[in-house]
Amino acid sequence: MPYDPRLVQPMREELTTLGFTELLTPDDVDAFMSEKGGTALIVVNSVCGCAAGMARPGVRLALQQGPRPDRLATVFAGQDVDAVARTRGYFAEMPPSSPSMALFQDGELVHFVPRHLIEGRTAEQVASDLASAFDHHCAPAA
Amino acid sequence: MGTFHSDKGELHGITVVVDTTGDAVYIGRCWEMNDREVVLLDLDQHEDGQDGRSKEEFIRQAARVGIWKKRDRLVLPLSEVASVTPLGQVSTD
Repeated sequence: MPYDPRLVQPMREELTTLGFTELLTPDDVDAFMSEKGGTALIVVNSVCGCAAGMARPGVRLALQQGPRPDRLATVFAGQDVDAVARTRGYFAEMPPSSPSMALFQDGELVHFVPRHLIEGRTAEQVASDLASAFDHHCAPAA
Repeated sequence: MGTFHSDKGELHGITVVVDTTGDAVYIGRCWEMNDREVVLLDLDQHEDGQDGRSKEEFIRQAARVGIWKKRDRLVLPLSEVASVTPLGQVSTD
């Protein structure tokens, strides 16, 4: 049974206030992924405090550092079920996990952060790993 | 902000590798670990040599990308457990 939307809303807003677009339907996902140029980060959000508690702050810190993806989007596991399923289809070679993060460059998956590399870590550690991927794949801000 | 269950032990919610005293190894989300048993959720399992892969190869692959869930739940007595290690601490080299 999904969590009460009122409980989840602040967790959504932790990302939307950073500029993430919420993908609520499979059509939203397909539209987002149809744009192949540049870099795009999709965060599979989650209510789980054990892992997601540090995922969202980690993303925020990473985005405050150097290069960052051109486009940001998020889906919410356990909430927007169809959208999450469609999203996972774009990195189907990776086992499903949430939270998780997928970085695309020119439409190709170039970096994936599964749940087990988030849980038990600090926001700073999560940010450091993600920022390294941004450094490697994303263009510096103009 | 998130949901927490602080009474389940420090590994609650963490994806762990549970190596056994036998041929089996399990990787899943730790629900609870106490002085009697380990309870895993959403786990994968492997027998040493299964599909031509050793336990170590299976664990390294999981450390790189995660696991494909094969079982919902497993309760394993501690007497059968050789080690419990967070998957995030396993080297992928």
